[in-house]
Amino acid sequence: MAFTVICAGSLAATAQTVVDSTAIKLDDVVVWGSTNRKEIVPAQRLIGAELEALSSSSVGDAIRYFSGVQLKDYGGVGGLKTVDVRSMGTNHMGVFYDGIQLGNAQNGQVDLSKFSLDNVESISLYNGQKSDILQSAKDYAAAGVIYIRTRRPQFAEGKNYNVRASLKAGSFGVINPSFLWEQKWSARLNSSFNTEYLTATGKYKFRYRRVLSDGSTAWDTTAIRQNGDMEAFRLEGGLFGRLNDGVWNAKVYYYTSNKGIPGAIVNNVWKTSQRQWDHNFFAQGQMKKSWGRYELMLNGKFAWDYLHYLSPDTTSLYINNVFRQTEAYISVANHYSLCDQWDVAVTADYQFNALNADLANFVYPKRHTFLWAAASTFEWGRFKAMGNVIGTHAFDVTDVHRAQCVGKLTPALFLSFQPVSAITLRAYYKQSFRQPTFNDLYYTDIGNISLEPEFATQYNVGATYQKRFGQSWHFEGKVDAYFNKVDNKIVAIPKGSGQYRWMMMNIGKVKILGVDVSAGTEWNLLKDWTLNLTLNYTYQRARDYTDPTDNDPASGTWGGQIAYIPWHSGSVVGNLRYKRWMLNYSFIYVGERYHNSANIRQNHEEPWYTHDVKVGWNIQSLSLSLEINNLLNQQYDVVLNYPMPGRNWKCIVKYGF
Amino acid sequence: MACRHDTEVFLPEVEKVAEGEVLVDSASQAASNTFLPVYERVEGFYLLNEGNMGSNKSTLDYYDFSAGQYIRNIYGNANPHVPKELGDVGNDLAIYGGRLYAVINCSNKIEVMNSQTAERIGQVDIPNCRYIRFSGRYAYVTSYTGPVVISDEYKQRGYVARIDTATLQVVDTCVVGFQPDGLEIADGKIYVANSGGYRLGNYEHTLSVVDLQSFRELRRIPVSPNLHHVRLDNHGQLWVSSRGDYFAVPAKLYCIAVSTEEVTDSVDVAVSDFWLDGDSLYFYGTAWSYVSMDDEITYGIINVKTHQIVSRGFITDGTVIKKPYGIAVNPLTKDIYLTDAKNYVNPGTLYCFDPAGKKKWSVRTGDIPAHIAFRGIPKKNNRYH
Repeated sequence: MAFTVICAGSLAATAQTVVDSTAIKLDDVVVWGSTNRKEIVPAQRLIGAELEALSSSSVGDAIRYFSGVQLKDYGGVGGLKTVDVRSMGTNHMGVFYDGIQLGNAQNGQVDLSKFSLDNVESISLYNGQKSDILQSAKDYAAAGVIYIRTRRPQFAEGKNYNVRASLKAGSFGVINPSFLWEQKWSARLNSSFNTEYLTATGKYKFRYRRVLSDGSTAWDTTAIRQNGDMEAFRLEGGLFGRLNDGVWNAKVYYYTSNKGIPGAIVNNVWKTSQRQWDHNFFAQGQMKKSWGRYELMLNGKFAWDYLHYLSPDTTSLYINNVFRQTEAYISVANHYSLCDQWDVAVTADYQFNALNADLANFVYPKRHTFLWAAASTFEWGRFKAMGNVIGTHAFDVTDVHRAQCVGKLTPALFLSFQPVSAITLRAYYKQSFRQPTFNDLYYTDIGNISLEPEFATQYNVGATYQKRFGQSWHFEGKVDAYFNKVDNKIVAIPKGSGQYRWMMMNIGKVKILGVDVSAGTEWNLLKDWTLNLTLNYTYQRARDYTDPTDNDPASGTWGGQIAYIPWHSGSVVGNLRYKRWMLNYSFIYVGERYHNSANIRQNHEEPWYTHDVKVGWNIQSLSLSLEINNLLNQQYDVVLNYPMPGRNWKCIVKYGF
Repeated sequence: MACRHDTEVFLPEVEKVAEGEVLVDSASQAASNTFLPVYERVEGFYLLNEGNMGSNKSTLDYYDFSAGQYIRNIYGNANPHVPKELGDVGNDLAIYGGRLYAVINCSNKIEVMNSQTAERIGQVDIPNCRYIRFSGRYAYVTSYTGPVVISDEYKQRGYVARIDTATLQVVDTCVVGFQPDGLEIADGKIYVANSGGYRLGNYEHTLSVVDLQSFRELRRIPVSPNLHHVRLDNHGQLWVSSRGDYFAVPAKLYCIAVSTEEVTDSVDVAVSDFWLDGDSLYFYGTAWSYVSMDDEITYGIINVKTHQIVSRGFITDGTVIKKPYGIAVNPLTKDIYLTDAKNYVNPGTLYCFDPAGKKKWSVRTGDIPAHIAFRGIPKKNNRYH
């Protein structure tokens, strides 16, 4: 994933699966990036064959291979997966699907387990922002962005359709067929249709064990994870068109699922009965066209989300609630090239969100958000700069509250310098914030309408070294050091007396010092043999400065490492290809951490690490692969009391013509 | 970077917090005509930490008076072979007949231990169990999980379970109101504080009266919304705390005469929890203020004979407690123990104040320190033993 666009081109040559082979041509990337200038802040990317080689079933699984990222994973097939980049919190990340942000005004979290990799062509992670000048204001606004890009139709010479069917089956009772049909209607119009179905029992064995101080077993218990069953269906259709000096696309997306929520494993409780039903629909379109030095991009989206949560457990509070969200979004981005070195852009976005819930005393909030961005890039020899300022104006309307207005200006500055051709240096500063969510503000009883936005400030310096040695060896190494500050962090605090009543407050403060290192190399070892190797390492010291009075050096939270952030984490991916064969090995390491910022023994969590192996074979129309994940059957939790699966397997058959 | 290791069962952490003291009541007369426990000797107390929901971090601590030592997290060491330790969300703690009973709400059980060693004797499975009291050979426990009422609005009544302490079996149940919390036994009857806590805006407001003999509900005493604790003093009065409805009706403390089963008085204080010692009712209250956007905390002592607040604020040295969550008074020294649950996820603190309100010591506890039970040798004729 450390490879840039240039390297991806060489990877494409080795990818032989017929339908996928053309997916990652260099020129295709250029068509969709608005400029062919190099990025000031490089992305971490997983593209095409590289992504396919990893043992991952959802975007959430794949994203673990990026540096600086911590995934909160509740385990199992349908378990919630949210991403936290550089410890700023999941709500600071923007997740974009085919160029437009996925929203969740209710709780601000995008569940990455819902996004299958079946039709995904690339995943990119940018710290700060993508340094593309023609982008929507929302692209500029988040503290970091993840771009999920689905496959775009590409046709071999003389061919005007692609059809692919695949079937995945394996542990947890997973049966997962999918179907893809792409059609070329004319030189200017292609279409894509993709559908997927997933069923799983979600059952897996897990084991908890404790030892005595002499190492002998104190207790050791194995059980089957219950209530993790899942059924999901996805349907996606898209049109891809070309204009004179431009492109456009439009798509519809529908996802529905019915799943059990397995719950925490605690003493005497090995099974829960909570369930969730989801319907997610959106339709979106994008148009990009240039007139000489002027370029225009239009984006629009309509989304409708339905969530039904049921807790029918007669041993706890009965909950049966339905939430409906509506979102409408439009963006106009303008880019003008003043000269070859100097570009300017102005962007305006408008978004509407509404939440409807059958909760008692619910206030039916609606939010209007106006965002604008003014940006400029400048390039002078080996020096590049990008600066922008974003204005956000939001107001909420509810049944009982007057409009809550928020108006903020946030600047960002990105610089890069290339002293010699192999080395690029970079630095950036960025301010951003996240709006309190509808739950934070209006959730019956716990919401707090006087919440302020939560701020993140980032400082980053970094360098890239990139070199090709002869025809057969390419190396790229990156290192970034950063300091982030999160102020006004929205946290739940206990309220009043009685039954666990909470209130959302702007009291948190976190300071993060981190280093991300990544290295990637590709060898064309012998004739027909190719080896790719990537390494990622992250160091983070993310300290809680919320409560100055809780400052006992041995046990206080003041200055303690925040919950679930390891000091050390990293990954290794090795990929070996020989003619029709592919062998992929991946290793993920998450070091010791604490589940609370009081870094005491009772809150300590042991490191965990998993080894995954995947073997693939393909001929022109058929590809087969087998993956074995968590090879050494490590028993671990990512989130306290949510056991993760041990060793598991999956086989994949794909047939395309 | 390091490898994964096996996790060891926690060894208790011992902290010396005070000089050791021997707590003996030398007065020779037997305690008579008192409902509150009176001790000849107090050896120590257990403290049950609730642990936040889903964390499985309910833990048991012990304070030993003779050694002046606070011992954190004793359950795992006393019971190293119990999978997943004590459990999720401890809600009540009591000693009766040489046994220590811990009501573990989200683990749906009552853990029964030896009161000297905290070694496990067994457990009683009762879903969503809340509070415990004893009479004769039986323990009585409130639970939220009674029969479901079939209606548009899902409703589930609560019950009181009668447990035979010899066999640790539930031998009978008596259906009461919605979400019953505290209970008290007086004059052959069980008084149960119905909360209706799951029914936001439609709380219960009654005390159920259950006949101990027939184990059937006799009547309801209307009090105020969302009742919580109920305790009997030495004058035949029940003190009942109401949480209020969080909107219009404020939290308050009520007094009910057992003889007439009627509300005789109320004290206008928001009481979260209280402890009865002789004629003194020590209370604390936390009430959320939408003005200051913070908890407003009150402490006080009420004379149960006169119903007057005799002290407002028994902490006199300026010690600030963020989230008082549990209270107890030493039956011999009259020292006051107050716990601070802070933000519910960080480790809490136990404070000890002398009767004049000066801090004697404080110590780190588990998460959400809440319930205290004294261990000692009770005097004869005491109804509790």
